[in-house]
Amino acid sequence: MNWKTFGAMLARDAHVARRNAIQLFLQTFLQPLLFVFIFGRVMVGSGYMPAAYKSLLLPGIIAISMTFTGIWAVAMPLIAEFQWTREIEDRLLAPISVGWIAIEKIIAGMLQALVAGLAVIPLAWLVLRPGVEISIRSPLTFALIIVLVAGFSACGGLALGCSINQQHIGLMFSMVMTPMIFFGCTYYPWSALKTFPILQKLVLINPLVYASEGLRATLVPQSPHLAVTAVLIALVFFDVLLLVVGLHQFEKKSVS
Amino acid sequence: MAVGVRTQDLRKVYNSSPPAGAAGGFIARADAKGGKQPKTQIPALDGLSLEILPGEIFGLLGPNGAGKSTTVGVLTTRVRPTSGQAWIGDHDVWKEQAQVKRLIGVVPQRPNLDFSLTAREILIFHAAYFGIGSKQRNDRADALLEKFKLTERAHQMVRGFSGGMMQRLSIARAMMHDPQVLFLDEPSAGLDPQTRILLWEIIREYHQAGKTVLLTTHNMEEADALCQRLAIVDHGHVIAQGTPVDLKASIPGGYLLRLRFGNQTADLLQRLQALAGVREVRAADSTGADVYADRGGSLIPEIATLAANAGAELSDVHISEPSLENLFLHHTGRSLRD
Ligand SMILES: Nc1ncnc2c1ncn2[C@@H]1O[C@H](COP(=O)(O)OP(=O)(O)OP(=O)(O)O)[C@@H](O)[C@H]1O
Ligand SMILES: [Mg+2]
Repeated sequence: MNWKTFGAMLARDAHVARRNAIQLFLQTFLQPLLFVFIFGRVMVGSGYMPAAYKSLLLPGIIAISMTFTGIWAVAMPLIAEFQWTREIEDRLLAPISVGWIAIEKIIAGMLQALVAGLAVIPLAWLVLRPGVEISIRSPLTFALIIVLVAGFSACGGLALGCSINQQHIGLMFSMVMTPMIFFGCTYYPWSALKTFPILQKLVLINPLVYASEGLRATLVPQSPHLAVTAVLIALVFFDVLLLVVGLHQFEKKSVS
Repeated sequence: MAVGVRTQDLRKVYNSSPPAGAAGGFIARADAKGGKQPKTQIPALDGLSLEILPGEIFGLLGPNGAGKSTTVGVLTTRVRPTSGQAWIGDHDVWKEQAQVKRLIGVVPQRPNLDFSLTAREILIFHAAYFGIGSKQRNDRADALLEKFKLTERAHQMVRGFSGGMMQRLSIARAMMHDPQVLFLDEPSAGLDPQTRILLWEIIREYHQAGKTVLLTTHNMEEADALCQRLAIVDHGHVIAQGTPVDLKASIPGGYLLRLRFGNQTADLLQRLQALAGVREVRAADSTGADVYADRGGSLIPEIATLAANAGAELSDVHISEPSLENLFLHHTGRSLRD
């Protein structure tokens, strides 16, 4: 392991992220905040939604922001760097083994997802206030959950970014991202699906479900949510699975 | 200290067509189910063995698709050979990748600059990947920008660079960590004549510092001017190898006269062979002949007379002096430009 090389690659990604900060900010926060405003303020304010919906919505919004920042931050540059600019080649030629380059991408993606998650909490809270009751009873569990959420998003981004052609980016959105959001228990708790028993089982293959439910369990425990232990087990499973798939795809893609 | 390069019986068969189709993954697979593309197998290297001595400038010369870039790819950890071995110094390229990557600098045929960075940042980050300290990498970046006449553009994003400027920056980047072996895949493609001369000077200077250089080209002049030894590659293997002088001397006679007649007979070919100074005569399709000889223009009157007597009027003549181009033609029966 070559820490200097690894550090320099992280520094490069941080440098580029800083340069694109405004764009990243809008990309990450605009949509969730608009959503929070319409559903949390307009709909609740006008009485179409009960006031408790605000607390239910917040964890889901954090989960979406984190997951999509993580996926986006890793997948989009990778797709471009492998196929369009080929700039990944310079890093593939750095004196470090190829797997570590993928790990670096994951770490950079996780950091961005964590920043997104931690920044969207106060932002959304500002928009929703008053009436959201956040209570972090176990900071450690909360920390563990957001790290695991950041982890599966970044690993998922790696797997997607190395498996998709540039011309399929649009398809990735309509076929992967959109169903993931709508069946991700982000705008409703998992228990709300009980009238659709088959669907309720099916959505369990969606890691976003555990992100939303896990954050609900740790941030707004008064709302209905899955058991924390189940969430943690599922998140660890998805982290490992996507890491293995992502690394495999990356190594396959990096040599011809 | 200088480091050599060796390959042993390299073979490479690509299993997919070159463009983005190489991508695996579920979407590509879903496509394959519907489209049912037959699996294409493209042989690129067919038993290629090379030995490049420490501290020499070695050229790989060959037509498009000969396997030059694939050879460079195998030697630089970018293309996994189907079989065979490759070494940089004492390191097996495919067993000790990290050590190998420390020793080499690579200028790929297709530019791969980091579009999110400025020219100077590209050099600085590249050096940082190789663990070079801050002061040293700043000094070196400035020196190389100056050398490649990019100082004025140092703080611009490379997105807006012209092709030649990108090429220059790629070469500067490959030199940033002062590698023992420099790979240049068609380094002068897209450079104007003046910049090409500048590049040749820079390569010679780098070589004088005791470094090994492997370059690929299909430009005879460049191979001639720059390389101490050459390998001519065609269809994935080496068809001739040696110094440019030796290689040229290996062409019978040195001069090549490509002749065309109204009609051509075996008898005519025999008579051509008998002329003084003619070393070898080859029929080239039904109306032509390639004559390798010790002299050029002075043979023409005799050939014209001979052809007239045989009733086969001489309709076209092309004389070329000893060159690598002729060498290639001699070995493959094809022109390098075909
Ligand atoms: N990534 C790839 N996937 C599939 N086939 C490839 C790939 N790269 C090269 N090939 C094929 O391998 C053969 C050799 O290609 P290579 O790029 O090594 O040739 P080259 O000598 O560098 O040619 P040029 O002068 O055009 O650069 C060609 O037939 C090419 O189509
Ligand atoms: Mg090539």
